[in-house]
Amino acid sequence: MSATAVGSGPKFAVIRFPGANCDQDAYYVVKDVLGRPVEYVWHQETSLRGFDVVVLPGGFAYGDYLRAGAVARFAPIMEAVRAHAERGGLVLGVCNGFQVLCEAHLLPGALMRNEGCRFACKFVHVRVENAETPFTRAYRPGQVLAIPIAHGEGRYVCDPVTLEELERSHRVLFRYTTPQGEETPESNPNGSIANIAGIANATFNVMGLMPHPERAGEKILGSADGRGVFESLARAAERVLA
Amino acid sequence: MPQVKVVVTLKPTLLDAQGRVVQDALHALGYANVGQVRIGKYMELEIRADGKDAPTIETEVKEMCDRLLANPVIENYRYEVME
Repeated sequence: MSATAVGSGPKFAVIRFPGANCDQDAYYVVKDVLGRPVEYVWHQETSLRGFDVVVLPGGFAYGDYLRAGAVARFAPIMEAVRAHAERGGLVLGVCNGFQVLCEAHLLPGALMRNEGCRFACKFVHVRVENAETPFTRAYRPGQVLAIPIAHGEGRYVCDPVTLEELERSHRVLFRYTTPQGEETPESNPNGSIANIAGIANATFNVMGLMPHPERAGEKILGSADGRGVFESLARAAERVLA
Repeated sequence: MPQVKVVVTLKPTLLDAQGRVVQDALHALGYANVGQVRIGKYMELEIRADGKDAPTIETEVKEMCDRLLANPVIENYRYEVME
């Protein structure tokens, strides 16, 4: 196990689907920015044994044919992702990974074409809505982060009952806001319901978000605000291992 | 060989962003009488009967729609099995 040479403790898996394009960014931020063990896992694999945190990266898995994430959710590795999640293991889905998690019903709702039909590729601001989760503990409640988005289908939708449940149980972890942290229609880049940028499952061990924290891990990239997501995950997994 | 025609549409309550663009384009072309436009998907499936009767095939098609061809969270579907 050569990966243990890079730091020790919790080990991250970055799932590689054909068509993924943020897998290397996710790998880099874990290995080089955080100094944590990480390995790629090919979509044809069937086991996640030995991994503590599973990352489904952004991209266009299986070409996004039919619907984003629709085919990827049936990849052989997804059974292992589901089992990992059911055991309470941590799962992070970024952008296309979020779409895959929704299609796999590991998260509620769906992601539809952006309201304006434009592919949105820019820095946005998101507010941390719940800082008491394995994904957000490195942040202050209400902290506003600058993190880039890059998606054509990021409009989060769900039925009213689900929305109420998400809000009531504080499962909306990130919301699009102005740089000052105000939730406005203008700060919503895709028309997502209630400005939702990221949500967790009921047991707070699976999260999906449209913005790319792995692209905002260091100042030289324009923002280091995304790093906290990975730091939170590493610390949460460490607590489980301890 | 039975052929199945599947039509997938967005649920009526959801905004169809693409449909709105097409509606605007039709208006720009002078078709002012066009109201809402909604875009769906049309699929043709060739299915080998393999000795299965029509109800069995129909059950399978429904399962295909629920599992893959449509996302029940945002879409409705209908299908027709042609002999």
